Amino acid sequence: MKVSRTQLQPGVWLTAVQTKKFKSCVLGVNFLTPLKEEWASLHALTPMVLRRGCAQYPDLESISAALDELYGGSLEPMVRKKGETQCVGFVGSFLDDAYTLEGEQVLEPAAALLAQLVLDPYTQDGAFCPDYTRQEQANLTDRIKAQVNDKRQYAQLRVVEEMCAGEPFGVDKLGSLSAVEAVTPQSLWTAYQSLLTQARVELYYCGSAEPERVEAAFAPLLAGLPRGGERLDLPRPAKGETPKPPHRVEEALDVTQGKLSMGFRTRCDAWDEGYPALMLANAIYGGTTTSKLFMNVREKLSLCYYASSGLMKYKDVMLVSSGVEFDKVGQAEAEILSQLYRCQTGEFSDDELEWARRSVVSTLRTTLDGQSRLEDYWLGQSAAGLSVGPDQMVERVEAVTRQQVVQAAQNLTLDTVYFLKGRD
Amino acid sequence: MVSKQYPRLGETVFHEILENGLHIYVDRRRDFQKSYAFFATNYGGMDMRFFQEGRWKNTPAGVAHFLEHKMFDTKEGNALQDLAANGASPNAFTSSAITGYYFESTEKFFDNLKILLSFVSVPWFTQESVDKEQGIIGQEIRMVEDDPENQVFYALMECLYDHHPIRVPIAGTQESISHITAGTLYSCHKAFYNPANMVLTVAGDVDPEQVCAVAKEILPVQSLGHIDRDYGGEEAPQAACPQKELTMAVSTPIFQLGFKCDPAQRGEAWMAQELAGELACEALLGSSSPLYAKLYSQGLINKNFGYGFEVYPGCALMAAGGESKDPAAVRDAVLEEGARLAREGIDPALFSRLKKGMYGAKVRGLNSFEYLCISMAQSHFAGVEYLRFPEVFDGITQAHVEDLLRRWVTPQRCGLAVVRPGEGSL
Repeated sequence: MKVSRTQLQPGVWLTAVQTKKFKSCVLGVNFLTPLKEEWASLHALTPMVLRRGCAQYPDLESISAALDELYGGSLEPMVRKKGETQCVGFVGSFLDDAYTLEGEQVLEPAAALLAQLVLDPYTQDGAFCPDYTRQEQANLTDRIKAQVNDKRQYAQLRVVEEMCAGEPFGVDKLGSLSAVEAVTPQSLWTAYQSLLTQARVELYYCGSAEPERVEAAFAPLLAGLPRGGERLDLPRPAKGETPKPPHRVEEALDVTQGKLSMGFRTRCDAWDEGYPALMLANAIYGGTTTSKLFMNVREKLSLCYYASSGLMKYKDVMLVSSGVEFDKVGQAEAEILSQLYRCQTGEFSDDELEWARRSVVSTLRTTLDGQSRLEDYWLGQSAAGLSVGPDQMVERVEAVTRQQVVQAAQNLTLDTVYFLKGRD
Repeated sequence: MVSKQYPRLGETVFHEILENGLHIYVDRRRDFQKSYAFFATNYGGMDMRFFQEGRWKNTPAGVAHFLEHKMFDTKEGNALQDLAANGASPNAFTSSAITGYYFESTEKFFDNLKILLSFVSVPWFTQESVDKEQGIIGQEIRMVEDDPENQVFYALMECLYDHHPIRVPIAGTQESISHITAGTLYSCHKAFYNPANMVLTVAGDVDPEQVCAVAKEILPVQSLGHIDRDYGGEEAPQAACPQKELTMAVSTPIFQLGFKCDPAQRGEAWMAQELAGELACEALLGSSSPLYAKLYSQGLINKNFGYGFEVYPGCALMAAGGESKDPAAVRDAVLEEGARLAREGIDPALFSRLKKGMYGAKVRGLNSFEYLCISMAQSHFAGVEYLRFPEVFDGITQAHVEDLLRRWVTPQRCGLAVVRPGEGSL
């Protein structure tokens, strides 16, 4: 597996992963901008409206037929948040050329179709088609409203929103309901034009083709991108300070089980040398089914229906998420903190350390086995300007010492506690 | 071991038949970090009557599924936990035709393989643990009986088939499983978990010879060989009953529409029928067919509409279902479209797109070790090598698919099962 990263134009990059291990190739184009409330919803809506039709294929049916011709390929609109960068665009999966029935090429026509969707949208009166805009606005509104349906996820979104209020990280990748409602075909069109001229562009390929051929296949897309202007910088997120005492928020909804989400500052993110040690600290604490939170808070004390921790890779934030009975929340919080204290004082066995290491290593390694996970990994690294691959991360994780894990755990401080309780 | 190349797919598969009759297939994937092993028996929910020790035996519905639950028990404890402690993700399933056990891991592959082969081949049941499991599976059956999707599927099976055991729920009923004893489980394990009735398929960067060595070390040397089963004689070509209706707590009627197809012959004919049947489904009512667009725009189907072609020993069917305010109108439209295709043929441009799309999906499916290993095992039981599908696919013509539509999509072969909103409706 060979990974190359090339700047094709100022602010336009291609990450090409050359490998013959997959039967399919993955193509991606993403527009990267600093995450901001003022444009998050406009940017999120853009790929969804673009996916509805282009000049040559003006509706979903004709796009489907074109994809069927390309051996049943897919092109999905994507909105992602990588640290404080919003990434919007498309990821497609196509049959690798080596396996077509008559030796025909798929990469070139697939990249050309992608270019048409991105650069040559179906328009009416010089802006996006009002019907498509309205329908996708309604879909996005539903998606934002649906966030409250999954209470576990919702409690995590809310704790981030509270903890990082005033920081770009506090903005949701889909923006807000009011911002979506305010969109018009014209305002969306203007935002799309600025994305084309100002956003950092990340092209991605994973498949059997040589990087030169990939570059040539992307030529139609490249030719259509405006040149000359400055493309935006993507600043590294600032590190936050924890309030004393921790910030506390409670909300009431119609739920039968409480959701407790706790946000911690880590003083460490993916850019730091200490990040692999933090990954292990998180895994020992709450990242796996052998972790302290799982084994003690959930299994032994039965205080929670679930309890786990997770890192925001490109931001100094770790979240603990758990489902608890309303009247046990105090006890659960105390136990969650006491398990953290054990990590901070080195109270974990060598077995616990090794299980955590095996789990982190296995997750990193299997990233190399899945094309969509790999694409997502490289998008994150590209957004951050980092070049470390999953295999190099494995080496770093293998080298982490117990002392470094304890150190990383000691840097964790509680910032915000969010509790979702039932209505009286 | 014999290695065989499949140049059109870029795969190499190592194959061996052990002295005990077990077939082993290893697809060596050199660049992958994870490995996957699938150990399956040609024994599923429909294998209730079989020939063993000189006589025909009848067993209650649900034994195959019950066995799957109990196999993880070992004399020392539980194999699931042993595999999880080794960093592997194990699981199992029972279908109408097979029972399969598998794990995926990035480390200690051969340790995990030993655990897999040994817990599946060494039974350990006590009457006490069987009694306990009766309660657990009883709960599972109650849950499934409350599930309208599941009820409508079995109602369709009862429409299409007169006696074939595909009609019987895989997990059985609360009543049928109450007759299962430790003795039943030992006897069925002995009959069907004999290596000659099983297959081991592996994908990953592992040494095929070592896979064989481990299998030889762990598995019994003796084997019973082939086990005859009885599915109650050949079914008539027409559906047993055109329509069945149930009422349950649903907000919109849900339905399953089916066409009874001729059973497939073993070998490449099996695969050819499977591929042609899938293409026939796509052309008739697939998401890029003219009928689908029409039904969708008329509001007769919604995004929950799904369809497929299924082949089992002794039976095959096309099925489509979902939610509809008027399931009979969907059936009538499908029959009408079937008659139109029989008369006018499939649009050649559509056929060519469908064929490419389906071929692409099959090849891309090989990225998934799970899909690959399960497909290799199922094809082995049907008497064909799975990775021969490109060659078999080449031989499938538009005329072939039109012929299937003409023969099978008829009112006589059609069944419709509907669950309507009734008592306790939402």
